[in-house]
Amino acid sequence: MSYAIEMRQIRKEFPGIVANDNITLQVEDGEIHALFGENGAGKSTLMNVLFGLYQPDRGEIYVHGEKAVIHDPNDATRLGIGMVHQHFMLIDKFTVAENIVLGREPKKNGVLDMKEAVKVVRELSEKYGLDVDPEKKVEEITVGMQQRVEILKTLYRGSDILIFDEPTAVLTPIEIQELIEIMKRLVHEGKSIILITHKLKEIFECCDRATVIRRGKNIDTVKISDTNPTELASMMVGRKVHVQVNDAPYNPQGKVLEIEHLNVADARKVEVIKDLNLTVHGGEILGIAGVDGNGQTELIEAIAGLRKTKSGTIKLNNQDVTNQRTRKMIEAGLGYIPEDRQKHGLVLDFSIAENMVLQTYYQKPYAQMGILQNKVIAKKAKKLIQEFDVRTPSEKTHARALSGGNQQKVIVAREVDRSPQLLIAAQPTRGLDVGAIEFIHGKLIEEKKKGKAVLLVSFELDEILHLSDRIAVIYEGYIIDIVSPKETNENELGLLMAGRKKGGSEA
Amino acid sequence: MGTEPLFEKGEEIMSFFEILTIIIPSTLLTAAPLIFTSLGGMFSERSGIVNIGLEGLMAVGAFAAAVSTLGLEHSGLGDASPWIAILIAGAVGGLFSLIHAVVSISFRADQTVSGVALNFLAAGLTIFLVKLIFDGKGQTPYITHNIDKVDIPGLAKIPFLGPLFFQQVAYTSYIAILIAILCWFIVYKTPFGLRLRSVGEHPAAADTLGISVIKMRYIGVLLSGVLGGIGGAVYLVTITSNYNVTTIAGQGFLALAALVFGKWHPIGAMGASLFFGFAQALSITSQQIPYLDRLPSVFMLIAPYVLTLIVLTGFVGRAEAPKADGVPYIKGQR
Ligand SMILES: Nc1ncnc2c1ncn2[C@@H]1O[C@H](COP(=O)(O)OP(=O)(O)O)[C@@H](O)[C@H]1O
Ligand SMILES: [Mg+2]
Repeated sequence: MSYAIEMRQIRKEFPGIVANDNITLQVEDGEIHALFGENGAGKSTLMNVLFGLYQPDRGEIYVHGEKAVIHDPNDATRLGIGMVHQHFMLIDKFTVAENIVLGREPKKNGVLDMKEAVKVVRELSEKYGLDVDPEKKVEEITVGMQQRVEILKTLYRGSDILIFDEPTAVLTPIEIQELIEIMKRLVHEGKSIILITHKLKEIFECCDRATVIRRGKNIDTVKISDTNPTELASMMVGRKVHVQVNDAPYNPQGKVLEIEHLNVADARKVEVIKDLNLTVHGGEILGIAGVDGNGQTELIEAIAGLRKTKSGTIKLNNQDVTNQRTRKMIEAGLGYIPEDRQKHGLVLDFSIAENMVLQTYYQKPYAQMGILQNKVIAKKAKKLIQEFDVRTPSEKTHARALSGGNQQKVIVAREVDRSPQLLIAAQPTRGLDVGAIEFIHGKLIEEKKKGKAVLLVSFELDEILHLSDRIAVIYEGYIIDIVSPKETNENELGLLMAGRKKGGSEA
Repeated sequence: MGTEPLFEKGEEIMSFFEILTIIIPSTLLTAAPLIFTSLGGMFSERSGIVNIGLEGLMAVGAFAAAVSTLGLEHSGLGDASPWIAILIAGAVGGLFSLIHAVVSISFRADQTVSGVALNFLAAGLTIFLVKLIFDGKGQTPYITHNIDKVDIPGLAKIPFLGPLFFQQVAYTSYIAILIAILCWFIVYKTPFGLRLRSVGEHPAAADTLGISVIKMRYIGVLLSGVLGGIGGAVYLVTITSNYNVTTIAGQGFLALAALVFGKWHPIGAMGASLFFGFAQALSITSQQIPYLDRLPSVFMLIAPYVLTLIVLTGFVGRAEAPKADGVPYIKGQR
């Protein structure tokens, strides 16, 4: 039997790094095949080779048993290969239908036939159960729908081998379930799927086999029914993985952060934080649980000095810091791991070394009399890269070239190294693999042990339950309740997050 | 006397209509070169290539138009000369724009720098050639067959509208407006337009769909050269009639401003060009207009530029620009 896709001994180098080192991948007809590996293992690179975006330095590709040379995405498309990219390839200002037909537009006498395009998209979307609105602009639709548009793009081109590059990283839990249903339906319709992910749960829910790669090398290809999550996880990181649990004794110390009667408005001037009160002590991790959009973003931005408050006070170490400038906040002892690492955490076109000193570059020893001491900065960066296990060719590499997990490690290294009194960690492990998650969780617990205050904001209940000493549930802009992780469960938290307090009373 | 105020009022109404019959045709005349050139800029920037070089492209076009009209007149082509010259200027502008294309698309140099270089090169090269061709003179002789202001047969006779829109106008103004509509159709109603815009918004996305980013951008810049060259030529054959170093003096930058003010939309660019044309028309015709003729003429001369500044600072945000405008495309960059 021939494989739908066979990639033999693929090698691809980037300056300073071998992203794919003789990787072999065999995908059977009609299966969902997981490509599993840590951030930066080389998964996207391998798929970009298959899709013709990168040329391999060595190796061969066979499609349905026939040797294929894939120079560009056109070749891949002709061979029936379609890709849903990790970072969506959609044009915001175009409509859904325009995005789908772009490059293969229906025409009438040489003129765009958008009516036909909309019709075709409707038909496709009904056939595969992919709900989209063809006439809406992409900038107006949800991330989940954007992803369905990406899938429709490949189906419109008649692809029968679909590559999904970390499709679930950007989705809500419900959307993830929907996507899994969609993938099962696609396979049922005769498609083959390569699913890139580092979430074990998804693999065990829908995949037939998995190929594990680590640091650019093949580790193994296994049948999912013959393995278990622990085994697969340790295959991925190359050692046993431990779930980090906050088991250090809870000894709350003095108040580090005190928020009283805080009111904050969002960009549309709607009040999204309403009379919020919260205290975080030294030596504790306070987890904020809540459904996305209940004021979490605005709350941490207000604490970090990035958003003006309307009223109320914020005290850091007994010092009133309400509406202080961010630099003052940082100097007063604030560390901040922002929600969006690419937008707010890093300057992507700066080197790692430069990113490491973004808050301290003007201080000694990084600057002397207004002149940057690049040697000192490089030395510091090298030390942090080592200590925080950032996988990069060198400290001079631009942050843009790192994988998501390694970008996050740069931020964590920078923030934790300054040893701030208060560390805000907003979605610190979103999109990361288990190895990186384990590492970052360990760092947060370490900070707590040092007697620092940690404010953790996360949509992942597991994360909140594992790490927090106290859990504050935020609902519609105020703290509806504070519970202890030992005395609660996902169920109760879920109810609180939906605005129902103990005893069934509606809040 | 009881009748006098009435009489005065009637005279004012008359003179206001007269003012319009002076200003509107003049607006149409000065707007035409801006319309062509801003449409050119639209194609370039929609494909993702910033084109500061419009000024230079107009200069090259005006120079080519002057020289070829003189040549064609000489060989006895008469009234057809300026029209053929406009086409030649379009070709020359297209060729000249290839410099910008190669430097900024193939070599991915900074597009602003490349555009500025184009402007310097155009100014230097055209004057050098003028001196070479015309025995060391700093300017070309005047062409004798320019495109004149005429009354459009038939339409000019329509009461009220005729004197406003169809008397004392050049055909080039109407052609410019028709071309703007054609450009709108091309950009918004054809597969080519969709692809051009996709490349200016998100080149990586276009690339994954098999659209050649390089090819589309070359076409965009080439069209800016052709239309910029035509714009300069129209300016020469309808307004100045000879070429020297000050001929274009800011027209290309005004066209660029019109493109921004028009939010990179063909019809918007046309509208903005008409507005800037109006501002220039005011300053040219102010001496014939009651009240305005009493203002020091320097105010009227700077008016178009002051208006431009006010409009650009007050009404436009960068947010409207094509997203990838000015960003070189490197395959596989993250
Ligand atoms: N375009 C590129 N230029 C330089 N290095 C790259 C590029 N793309 C990926 N890399 C590097 O190659 C390695 C593999 O990256 P990638 O394939 O994106 O990993 P994954 O998708 O498994 O997270 C990483 O170390 C990354 O930094
Ligand atoms: Mg990846």
